[in-house]
Amino acid sequence: MARIARTLLNRLGGMLVVLAIVVTVVFVIVRVTPGDPAAVMLGSDATPQDIADLRTKMGLDAPLIVQYVQFVLGLLRGDLGQSIFLNQPVTQALASRAEPTFFLTLFSILIAVSIALPVGVLSAVRRGTLFDQIVVTLTMVAASVPSFWLGLLLIQVLAVGQGWFPASGYGGPDTTFLVRLHHLVLPAIALGVVNSALITRFTRAAMLDVLGDDYVRTARAKGAGEGRVILKHALKNAMIPIITVIGLSIAMLVAGAVVTETVFGLPGIGNLVVSAVLRRDYPVIQGALLVVAAIYVLINFAVDMLYVLVDPRVRL
Amino acid sequence: MRENASAGQPVLSIENLTTAFRTPDGWRAVIRDISLQVHAGETVAIVGESGSGKSVTALSTMRLLPPDRARCEGRILLEGRDLLKASEAEMRAVRGGSIGMIFQEPMTSLNPVFTIGNQIAEALVLHQALSWKAAEAEALRLMERVRIPAAKARLHEYPHKFSGGMRQRVMIAMALACRPKLLIADEPTTALDVTIQAEILHLIRELQREENMGVLFITHDMGVVAEVADRTVVMFRGDMVETGSTEKIFAAPRAIYTKSLLASIPRLGTMGEARSPRRFPEVDPETGMATGGRETKAVAPEAAPILKVDNLTVRFDLPNGRVHAVENVSFDLRPGETLALVGESGCGKSTTGRAIIRLIEPTAGSIVVDGQDVTRAGTRALRAMRRTSQMIFQDPFASLNPRITIGSAIAEPMLAHGLMGKRESKARVAELLEQVGLSPAMADRYPHEFSGGQRQRVSIARALALEPKLIVADEAVSALDVSVKAQVSNLLLDLQEKRQLAYLFISHDMAVVERVSHRVAVMYLGEIVEIGPRAAIFGNPRHPYTRRLISAVPLPDPSRRGMARPMLNEEIKSPVRAHDYVPPKRTYLEVSPGHFVQDTAMAEIASLSA
Amino acid sequence: MTTLTTASAARPFAASLRRLFGNRAILFGAVILLVVVLAALLAPWIAPYAPNKLSIVNKLKGPSLGHLFGTDEFGRDIFSRAIFAGRISLLVSLGVVCISTVLGVLLGVAAGFFRRLDAPISRLLDAMMSFPDILLAIALVAALGPSLATVILALGITYAPRLARIVRGSTLVLRELPYIEAAVAMGLPTWQILLRHVLLNLASPILVQATFVFASAMLAEASLSFLGVGVSTDMPTWGTMLASGREYMNNAPWLMVFPGLAIVFSVLSLQLLGDGLRDLVDPRLAKES
Repeated sequence: MARIARTLLNRLGGMLVVLAIVVTVVFVIVRVTPGDPAAVMLGSDATPQDIADLRTKMGLDAPLIVQYVQFVLGLLRGDLGQSIFLNQPVTQALASRAEPTFFLTLFSILIAVSIALPVGVLSAVRRGTLFDQIVVTLTMVAASVPSFWLGLLLIQVLAVGQGWFPASGYGGPDTTFLVRLHHLVLPAIALGVVNSALITRFTRAAMLDVLGDDYVRTARAKGAGEGRVILKHALKNAMIPIITVIGLSIAMLVAGAVVTETVFGLPGIGNLVVSAVLRRDYPVIQGALLVVAAIYVLINFAVDMLYVLVDPRVRL
Repeated sequence: MRENASAGQPVLSIENLTTAFRTPDGWRAVIRDISLQVHAGETVAIVGESGSGKSVTALSTMRLLPPDRARCEGRILLEGRDLLKASEAEMRAVRGGSIGMIFQEPMTSLNPVFTIGNQIAEALVLHQALSWKAAEAEALRLMERVRIPAAKARLHEYPHKFSGGMRQRVMIAMALACRPKLLIADEPTTALDVTIQAEILHLIRELQREENMGVLFITHDMGVVAEVADRTVVMFRGDMVETGSTEKIFAAPRAIYTKSLLASIPRLGTMGEARSPRRFPEVDPETGMATGGRETKAVAPEAAPILKVDNLTVRFDLPNGRVHAVENVSFDLRPGETLALVGESGCGKSTTGRAIIRLIEPTAGSIVVDGQDVTRAGTRALRAMRRTSQMIFQDPFASLNPRITIGSAIAEPMLAHGLMGKRESKARVAELLEQVGLSPAMADRYPHEFSGGQRQRVSIARALALEPKLIVADEAVSALDVSVKAQVSNLLLDLQEKRQLAYLFISHDMAVVERVSHRVAVMYLGEIVEIGPRAAIFGNPRHPYTRRLISAVPLPDPSRRGMARPMLNEEIKSPVRAHDYVPPKRTYLEVSPGHFVQDTAMAEIASLSA
Repeated sequence: MTTLTTASAARPFAASLRRLFGNRAILFGAVILLVVVLAALLAPWIAPYAPNKLSIVNKLKGPSLGHLFGTDEFGRDIFSRAIFAGRISLLVSLGVVCISTVLGVLLGVAAGFFRRLDAPISRLLDAMMSFPDILLAIALVAALGPSLATVILALGITYAPRLARIVRGSTLVLRELPYIEAAVAMGLPTWQILLRHVLLNLASPILVQATFVFASAMLAEASLSFLGVGVSTDMPTWGTMLASGREYMNNAPWLMVFPGLAIVFSVLSLQLLGDGLRDLVDPRLAKES
């Protein structure tokens, strides 16, 4: 347990440094806008007075360093600023859109992993067979399909054509969870399938790698059957890199969610960001970027902790 | 033992085994027509150089080669039953049941994510239908049997906490868990230090006696063969060239290959009182006859040292301790002289060499090369120093950049130091290639077109390009096959004679060291425990560790087998200490002219010679 | 290890070509990519119509001999537009590959070779990699304004850390190899060690990774234009074609099918190429991406 505690503290420190860099990067990105953000936000028919008011409201008149300090202090209070267009705090805007994004990401990772793990393992074990070749080809094609395009095709065939699923939206505000779930099926498939291709390929490669290791030969020399060799000896070792890639793919899922939500008209964070970008609503862009990156850092932290459970050698 | 061995049915009988691998150009036989028998209680060695097919023979017996890429023909009879005809399920009962196997790489042969206890117990669960609980209890007994200290506490530890020797003990416990009739040991001690090797060989022998098992022992080391084998099979490029009782093979080899193999191996204790190194005999590949092996010229005694090392100390900080890699090491080296730095892994010999070349920053002490203090050298002085001292590395496959022709690699240092222009360097490269016994026409080739021995020659040519006075050879011949090892060692000796080169010869191979060095320094846990003329160190070792090191080397002479060896149940200690550890002050006794022995605390000596 | 036969050693170039195209993945990938690149380069000559030529009479016509891929809501020829769109997609992706490779190699080699730079650079890379790629890119585009240059820059910055990670890892391995140590021991200047010994040996993994970045950049560019935050030009892109074709997809599915297939095939060609190259260069690298 002491080992785990020490690792935890060590990683915690590293994570805080990364978070600090994330905050700084976000601050910089939003402020590299050429010209006056306030003018850009208000468009061409704003009066100089409107622009000046907005600048004051956004704190743009203060020197950069002061803005930075205020930004960080705000963050520490849980204040991400105010969305001018939505006329509500950014935190509130994000919170109200979190549910669809959360479930979309969750379901697509579940779909991706539950396809990828068995298929990837089997494909590695049956290396070179017809099954393996089909898997390799299919995953290659699937990894080349833009998820939004797959989404459009699914809508066309299964929603518009067959009418099995709603084509768009998340149900009304008062609908039951089951109805919302029904709305999530197609987007989760669109996103999950594309990502399962990546995880499958990775699982296959990791298994192939491990199957060539000496201890697998030892297990066979011990008289272990193939099932035991693969499921006990090889898979637990292969899980170490696979966990990493699943962690990484969560970031890709969130990126995919931005586009998928737009395609399916889901009122999630991705949709919010896209409309914020089109409206140049900088506080919302900034807040969303920050929250998503922070969540990702936390997930990675959790993945690191998982390592400690899987791999007894990990100790830092 | 042999009397009861020849009686009755053999445990294993391999008849006309031919194994072929699938290649893009069709099936290619890698071993041809191998036949051998192993009886109960008997040890049969298969010996050969890399690529001889000895491991393939072992893996074929266990049917561990991938069936889609390897094909076996012939018969492999285990107590009369043909394994090549057995079903996969029957084979599973054989593997780990009737035949146990241990491998070369103890560091990678255990599964890193399961406990030792679990891995040993697994064999019992698989074959004896024990419950996991009962199997773990039995695993504990097995761990005690292979003499793993504090077995009970270590049962639930993971492999990364075990040293190489301990892991090999675990492998043995696992292989013997179900009391197999045959143990196949594939180079089980090659990756281990020589003292650990002696212990593991001893252990295998003892367990074999208790269980009356047959042992099929695969090795490249004629010393190990002489030490363990009742009968020996010599393999060469996939063919069995000779087989017979070990005594006969050593006393009167018939095959030319066996003759040349025996002629090439350095034999510890054959140098007597000679003061200078002696070349390896030249072996005629046609007849296997050895000729030559003269002593090299003596070193001028009055020459000033080219290298003076004083109280060299190298330490590295770890999160939970400090590695005392090198502590207070002092020696000097004269032109034309070879000082061998010997010791086992982790003793600091490589670190010492690398600190002298300044690949590592020393923590304290001084290194004076050709009158220049290296430790205080600035960038410019350091570059100048780099012309005086050069290094040759162990791994011939990694010491040349794969993307640069060897000619360009040899020319590189001369061009970088502005010694000559491109055109001149071409002529010089040709000259250097000739000096190391390669054809100048090879300059335009890439490293992958060369064999290991040739690459090592290229590395030597590159090291010579700057006309250095000192060469640090870090296990420079250790990775080479026996015959190539002799040739490359001879090359080093010839170059030394011609150019008055000083060598710091870092090696764990005592037999080669005895052959090539003028003086020897023995290192243990970062310190020199004994240093002196070669004849004194080998003829009259005074420090208990030196004695232990020398006595652990298996001699290629079956008549001297099993000479009393200390049976130690202790691994080499680690040089990692607490941050506040202060190394004790050491004094040295001069026991004979130039022969110094560390005057250590008696307690440590007692623990070593226990 | 002398595996080269005399015949192939005598003609190493022919031998390596044979090795290259003996790999089926590379062969297919290269052929498809060649078609895509040639179509884009020769667009003005091979496209049957100008990409923006309106013809209201011909609007929303299905695929026919006159209009291979059909026409859109303004009667523009989808086939011609798809060919011209390839130009933007390739141009953007190529720019992204250049920027991210230069940045990635500089950061990766610096972090891998110089111990002191490792921690700060690695933390920066960690931070940059915690932004999902599309999200970071659209934020950058939003900040810099949508233009060809900003999209390239934004995606280039987004993908640089990926390359840097790989380069750093390979450099760390290389740095410990005896031939690098030998170069240090011989007194070679650091820049020469980096160029001749480190970069030369990194070329293959960099090439492989750059191919994958090329593929990702193509997908990302399509996503950005689909969302309406991509390159703003009069020229069609596959993403904008899909975005505008969406409204008509019930009646004119060809509006989505063909631009989508164009993306899939282009990206697939690069994936095939990258995969094949990786197998060729180093099977151990297979687990890295």
